[in-house]
Amino acid sequence: MAQRLQKELANFMRDPIPGMSLDRNLVEGNLNVWVINVDGAPNTLYEGEIFKLQFKFPQRYPFDSPSVMFIGNKIPEHPHIYSNGHICLSILTDEWSPALSVQSVCLSIVSMLSSCKAKSRPPDDERYVQTCRDPSDPKKTRWFFHDDSV
Amino acid sequence: MEKRSTKASSNDPKHKHDPDDEDFYLNNDDDEYDDDEDDDNDYDDYMDDTDDLEYTSSNASKYDPTPSVEIFTSQNSTVTPNSSYASTSLKNLSQSTTNQPDLSKSLTKRNIELDEEFKYEVLSPDKIVQYMTECIADVNSVLELTPTITRTLLHHFKWDKEKLMERFYDGDQDRLFREAHIVSPFRPNTYKRTTSSQSTRSSRLKEFCCEICFMQYTEDNMSGLECGHKFCKPCWREYLTTKIMDEGMGQTISCAAHKCDILVDDTSVMTLLQDPIVKIKYQHLITNSFVECNRLMRWCPAPNCSNAIKAQYFDAQPVKCDCGHVFCFSCGELWHDPVKCKWLKKWIKKCDDDSETSNWIAANTKECPKCQVTIEKNGGCNHMICKNQACRSEFCWVCLGPWEPHGSSWYNCNRFNEDDAKKARDAQEKSRHALQRYLHYCNRYMNHHQSLKLEQKLTASIREKMEEMQQHNMSWIEVQFLRKAVEVLCQCRQTLMYTYAFAFYLKRNNHSIIFEDNQADLEIAVEKLSGYLEREITSDNAVETKQKVQDKYRYCEQRRKVLLDHVHEGYDKDYWEYQEDL
Repeated sequence: MAQRLQKELANFMRDPIPGMSLDRNLVEGNLNVWVINVDGAPNTLYEGEIFKLQFKFPQRYPFDSPSVMFIGNKIPEHPHIYSNGHICLSILTDEWSPALSVQSVCLSIVSMLSSCKAKSRPPDDERYVQTCRDPSDPKKTRWFFHDDSV
Repeated sequence: MEKRSTKASSNDPKHKHDPDDEDFYLNNDDDEYDDDEDDDNDYDDYMDDTDDLEYTSSNASKYDPTPSVEIFTSQNSTVTPNSSYASTSLKNLSQSTTNQPDLSKSLTKRNIELDEEFKYEVLSPDKIVQYMTECIADVNSVLELTPTITRTLLHHFKWDKEKLMERFYDGDQDRLFREAHIVSPFRPNTYKRTTSSQSTRSSRLKEFCCEICFMQYTEDNMSGLECGHKFCKPCWREYLTTKIMDEGMGQTISCAAHKCDILVDDTSVMTLLQDPIVKIKYQHLITNSFVECNRLMRWCPAPNCSNAIKAQYFDAQPVKCDCGHVFCFSCGELWHDPVKCKWLKKWIKKCDDDSETSNWIAANTKECPKCQVTIEKNGGCNHMICKNQACRSEFCWVCLGPWEPHGSSWYNCNRFNEDDAKKARDAQEKSRHALQRYLHYCNRYMNHHQSLKLEQKLTASIREKMEEMQQHNMSWIEVQFLRKAVEVLCQCRQTLMYTYAFAFYLKRNNHSIIFEDNQADLEIAVEKLSGYLEREITSDNAVETKQKVQDKYRYCEQRRKVLLDHVHEGYDKDYWEYQEDL
């Protein structure tokens, strides 16, 4: 696992996704938690905004999916992103495959943000944020996916 | 090709001949069981025949949840008059009982008048696998696919051969394969493209990069399915292990690539996996889905038993597993003649959940006639003043009418027939009656249930008495009537127990009255027999007692048959009407 993460890190540095960069301070010494700075892409609703995306890798990564969420005080306002940073994205749970990587997850999130037509929170945001099992780990939630248009 | 079975045992010849592995396959519980048995045998070796008793009960206690059935099989081998048997192992013993053919036969007959028409087979885990292979071969002789594809297809159709055949020949085959998540064997090219592009890119290196661990591997260390997605073997192993051990998936594991829904076939799984524990778990999951999907098969519900029953057709019939457990093929409960599965299920649910709580409330409390708050009267006089501060109404507990007209007759209510008071009382009466009725049936059902649970204890005490009698004036064969009596007793109790579930839902008519008479008659006879067995057997009046017990158990047997025949006749001739709403 360490080897895979090393290589993923190297790939990420070598082939960065536009608008995404690793927050170096947080990576030092600990490969199991990554924080990625996300710049809102130009010509999207999020232009000029800066978010922090956190990846936590479990022991059995990549056979077990990473736990991914937005952190900090800026959480993108998006119909699939709850105000506590949890992201409703199928590849993070049910459709996770060990052949996916940090890069593929990042790409999904970027495209999710870019295709957003109107800023809003998920309809059940308030209820979910109050009742979710573990605010620090979206994987503890059982997700149901119903809308893949955004 | 068709010889290549889909099961591990034939893919991996070593596995097949390795006895340890085979044990493993039976599942871990079984393994434990075997160990126990061995221990007991060792233990047995130290014992002489007088300790026989202790051994049997310790052995029998393992079967606690189904004592009624198992104990007889263990007895079968251990209660013998000669010490020569005591040191023989349990397994040999069951064979050696051929020395007493009559006895062993009568003992295993417990609880069954199996319908001769209803044909079924008991399949051990190995046989289940074999049967699955046969089913596949059978379909394959027509479809001419690989066993692995056929198996996946069969699973997709819940092992309904006809349905598969119909779809295979009538419909769109590509769609069929797509729905079953298989790469169509007739159009292999659509998927292969991915591989070829991958291989040309990395053929210079003669190494492939595994997309999971990002390591370089030579081609022979890579593996993949028909869909063409290749990963290194260690990653495959890890992936499959996670799916099998953590997620309990068998038949439904798909390719590790993202968004690829092609199912991993069993041959690939068995070749890729190395850890025998994971392999066994996988096979277990596969056989489990085979048995559970198959309408004509059912697992034996006895604890620690890994056999399955295969029937010719689906019906509510008693089946007896090789482990001795007798159960209903249709619902898996203990054999519950005369009540039907549907009503038994309803009954068990009723007894389990606390829907009766509300009945209790209805029967033991009243509502304030003004504000409807629920009141339980736990003392005091009949002049009630509602505690609800907003209500404070005064009424009479007896007639539920307002208190005022009662005047000074503080403790007696003579206004019994006022209309609204009467209505309130009627409703009360009704729910009270319903509760009483339920409790009547439930108590009797539970009573027999409890007595059946004590069967082991009774068997042990009877065994003691048998030995005692043998020491006086009777021979071994002469005291066997006692064992038969216990058998009949338990059989009757089981039948009686289920008659209460049957009777609870029954509407009253002439036949239900006959039924109740039969039930009462059997009930009395059974209690008498039970009384004899518990108290009156002493060595002093052995001959007389024997006659009495024998008469009684024969009578019980006969009455039981009469009762069951009457109910069955009723099923045929539609005597029975049910109260659906209970």
